[in-house]
Amino acid sequence: MNTFLQLLVNGLGKGAVYALLALGFVIIFKATEVVNFAHGSLVLIGGYLVYELKDALGWAGAAVVGIVAAALSALAIERLLLRNATSADHNSLALLTIGIDVIITEEVVRRVGADIPFIGDPYDSQPIRIGDLTIFRTQAIALVVGAVLITAFLLAFRYSNWGVAMRAQAENREAAALMGIRSSRVTATAWLVAGALAGVAVLFMATQDFSGAGLGRGTHAIALIAFPAAILGGLDSTEGAVVGGLVVGLTEALSAQYISFEFSKSAVFLVMLVVLVIRPSGLFGTKELSRV
Amino acid sequence: MLSARGLSVRYGRSVEALSGVDLEVPADGVLAVLGGNGAGKSTLLRAVSGTLPLHRGAVSAGEIVFDGERIDRLDPALIVRAGVVAVPEGRQVFARMTVEENLRAGGLGARSAEARSSARERIERLFPVLTERAGQRAGLLSGGEQQMLAIGRALMSDPRLLLLDEPSLGLAPQMVGRIARVIREIHEQGTAVVLVEQNATMALQVADHAVVLEVGRVALSGPAAELAASDDVQRLYLGGHAESQAQAESEEAEARAHRSTRTLSRWTG
Repeated sequence: MNTFLQLLVNGLGKGAVYALLALGFVIIFKATEVVNFAHGSLVLIGGYLVYELKDALGWAGAAVVGIVAAALSALAIERLLLRNATSADHNSLALLTIGIDVIITEEVVRRVGADIPFIGDPYDSQPIRIGDLTIFRTQAIALVVGAVLITAFLLAFRYSNWGVAMRAQAENREAAALMGIRSSRVTATAWLVAGALAGVAVLFMATQDFSGAGLGRGTHAIALIAFPAAILGGLDSTEGAVVGGLVVGLTEALSAQYISFEFSKSAVFLVMLVVLVIRPSGLFGTKELSRV
Repeated sequence: MLSARGLSVRYGRSVEALSGVDLEVPADGVLAVLGGNGAGKSTLLRAVSGTLPLHRGAVSAGEIVFDGERIDRLDPALIVRAGVVAVPEGRQVFARMTVEENLRAGGLGARSAEARSSARERIERLFPVLTERAGQRAGLLSGGEQQMLAIGRALMSDPRLLLLDEPSLGLAPQMVGRIARVIREIHEQGTAVVLVEQNATMALQVADHAVVLEVGRVALSGPAAELAASDDVQRLYLGGHAESQAQAESEEAEARAHRSTRTLSRWTG
């Protein structure tokens, strides 16, 4: 029972991080219909700046700079590369983001070198013990931070003018334009928010607790798990991204414990396949709404 | 108020949808734009509202001027800020959002919070049903209610010129009559209207002036009453509709009389 509770907290902690990534992925898709495969590289940009600056600025200062840098990098990708290619179809733009991802990832890996550092200083490798329970501090903090950010995001998405504009544009770009909603502004904020969430996620991902992967290709590969999270939740659903992230985190933790560690990554994709066979548009994806 | 001078529009390189169109919308009037399928009516509205690029179209010649300023190169959001708002063909309400959220989205283009709140009061008076259904998803409203929502949503930014693209499309005759009354009311409250319609009977009853587009050119224009009386318009646009609407009205009157006298047999005991 204790092991299960441990797995539950650690799995949900990881799931909250996946949910942050999947949310970013989904809002870019909603605003632009582009599948952003460069999301993993945004994670690395944020992480790299934290690694470079934490001695000079302290961990917290470096974390803020990393989050802002990831957000601005996302905006730069949209403004400099995607915005000028509006006549291209969405598949071409998705391929373009793969190109961006390769370039940025290789550059960060080259700069970091062979060390593959961890960046989660204040909480990494300091487990919390409550009786017989041992919980990774990183995952516990990730769960709290994730819950706060996700709640704030979902509330803003539902109730703020930004959220209404975003949802209107996601549903009908022309009608939104006719309401005076500025498409370019909505798109820019979607990329900014997605980049910032990736910048937060890496603070938990490049730690010993999370995966032992460090700042490099390993963390980039983990970021890719946000894709099945977003897809099984429903590619155009923010709530789906959150549930998808949590499902992925729990699947990974439980299958690593009860089946095998090597199997845990495949288990995530197996769950995605099963969900898609039963519900092709994902758990919360859009189905046509019509009056009968 | 709004004028188009020598307006030509192309989609891609080869399709010219409008060519050399001149028209004038007076500040206190309702202008009907009539024409069959492919005449260029919707293209005209897209050109005025700035949404041609979303359909890969562009103004290739001429200009559109609103209150002395050219608007044919502006972003759609700036055209809304200037006071020109369009209700697109097929209503295009945000189906997954509630009625309330649709109206809120419409208010995002308003010039000020005061304009938005007075627009809201106006919509509550014009369409009380939208207040009743505020929490309902727009996709689940009836066709007529969706049309009211589409018009209400456009009014939320307090426009000075409202463009309506085929508001009667797919609606029952009674609902068409209701929409026509609403358009007159909107106009009487001080908003100029451009009404693009295939239903010429309704459009000419509502409008002060009208133009007839044929294959992207203005074929006829003048006061609505004169156009309604002209042989060409009678033959081309009024025959079918006049018949069907008159027929619909007489059928409805008959049905009403029938309802008031008839008792269902199973309740007679």
